[in-house]
Amino acid sequence: MLASFAIKDPGTEKRSGMFTEILKGLATTFKSMFEEPVTIQYPEIKRPVRERYKGRHELKRYDNGLEKCIGCSLCAAACPADAIFVEAAENTDEARYSPGERYASTYEINMLRCIFCGFCEDACPTEAIVLGDNYELSWTDRASSIYTREMLLVPVPPGGKPTPQKVEPGKFDRSIPVMEDPK
Amino acid sequence: MILPAEFIIFLKNYEWLVWLVKAALVVFVLLTAFAYTTLFERRVIAMMQTRIGPNRAGPFGFLQPLADGLKLLFKEELIPASADKLVFILAPMITVIPAFIILAVVPWGPTVHLCPTPELLGAQASACYPLTMGIADVNVGLLYILSVTSIAIYGVVLAGWSSNNKYAMLGGLRSSAQMVSYELALGLSVVGPLLLAGSMSMGDIVQAQSKIWYVVLQPVGALIFLVASLAEVNRAPFDMPEAEQELTAGYHTEYSGMKFALFFMGEYIKMIAVSAIAATLFFGGYRGPLVGDPNVPEWLQAILGLLYFGTKIVLFLFLMIWVRATLPRIRYDRLMAFGWKVMLPLALANIALTAAALVSSIAFWVLVGLFGLGVLFYLLTTVRQVGKAELAQGPLEESG
Repeated sequence: MLASFAIKDPGTEKRSGMFTEILKGLATTFKSMFEEPVTIQYPEIKRPVRERYKGRHELKRYDNGLEKCIGCSLCAAACPADAIFVEAAENTDEARYSPGERYASTYEINMLRCIFCGFCEDACPTEAIVLGDNYELSWTDRASSIYTREMLLVPVPPGGKPTPQKVEPGKFDRSIPVMEDPK
Repeated sequence: MILPAEFIIFLKNYEWLVWLVKAALVVFVLLTAFAYTTLFERRVIAMMQTRIGPNRAGPFGFLQPLADGLKLLFKEELIPASADKLVFILAPMITVIPAFIILAVVPWGPTVHLCPTPELLGAQASACYPLTMGIADVNVGLLYILSVTSIAIYGVVLAGWSSNNKYAMLGGLRSSAQMVSYELALGLSVVGPLLLAGSMSMGDIVQAQSKIWYVVLQPVGALIFLVASLAEVNRAPFDMPEAEQELTAGYHTEYSGMKFALFFMGEYIKMIAVSAIAATLFFGGYRGPLVGDPNVPEWLQAILGLLYFGTKIVLFLFLMIWVRATLPRIRYDRLMAFGWKVMLPLALANIALTAAALVSSIAFWVLVGLFGLGVLFYLLTTVRQVGKAELAQGPLEESG
């Protein structure tokens, strides 16, 4: 009976008793007690996100402070969950929000509908809407799940001026900049 | 220890009060110990799995058992509609109460004599009150422990039955069959220290280990006791009856809230109880350096004795947790085969050899020789049959 509990190493003639195998297992577990745990103690320590992580949306600006978003609503068209709502308005040189003719006067994303697929980011012609790194989104009532334009716009970069800006006529006529290859 | 004479006379007249206080103290200490055993287990298993256990509720997770207890208190108590209500409610109690009362006979430390004047210290004067560090040192302590352990099996099978759920029923039956089988080996392994000490009283057994611990004289008995007690408590690797994967939590499937907490409590307190009994029977109980030394004051001996006993219990608990983190669950039929075909014969052989050794060394060696011949015969026949099976497969062919 005891012999039938012996374990045979397949392919070899080496037999080991049940008892010695149990002791080896116990030794392994004991040694693993002293290894450093792999747990990351969130929220004191946060694991950095990967490079192309799809987190909270952001509406980017140019270095001079003008918004990149031109209100073309290609993102709204591309969105599979119908989460984006865009209303465009006309830019004037006295009050210019973005280069070109139009800007997004109303830009809302319903975060409860959004599936964070990144199609809006792919569809945008000016690289305005971008999915960033933030994943800590929580709210306590449904109304606060609608993120508005002010919430989504990034702060003005250093060296830029806040929108709306007053600019020289004719300076920012092109709505889509000369596109560069991704770096 | 010196105390005013009036207090000692009060103690002598109100002995039942002393027992009551001791019993209440043991129950409260056990409840706290149970709570922190759960935390200890979770953190030790986590350490063995290279992760951190609960450390959020309070510093180092110290309030985690409290949080778990509160959660279970607030949970909805569901009794299935077609369950046998009375039995359903009674079953957890039948499981838990024996776990507590086993520890009534375990000696927690050496006796402290409370004397009114210093001259009477040391002498067995009648004016002194002997405060025993145990609730009741019955002279059939071992028998009491074995019989009370058997009562707990009723709770398990009744829980499975009253749930009106076929998985719970199967779990209950499996569990009770397992516990009954391993209780045989448990009871027989306990006979070794009984023979060596010549008494069933737990206090006497501890005193008899003053020269050498019984684990040295009875290594096989100690091993059988530890393995059988793991099976008794339904702990891994013998926890098939509560296997989530196979039986959806077995006999306590239908239990929720406080009743489930009672089953949980029963299991862990039985773990503590069995650790205490193992420490008492094989590892010297409360004995250790300075305990039993007549030059050391009794109160210090009592404190040290408690400390040693506690340390031994914690070490056994760690051993049980360590085994749980290492070994996979044993399949039920192999579990039963192991209990009846390996543990029982080994325990019987242990008793025979111990008894023979106590009679005379000639008897012992004659018996060893006979057992050796029997084992040799068995091994020879077994190996021959295994060889035949392998030959029947034919020569191995190289693949590929």
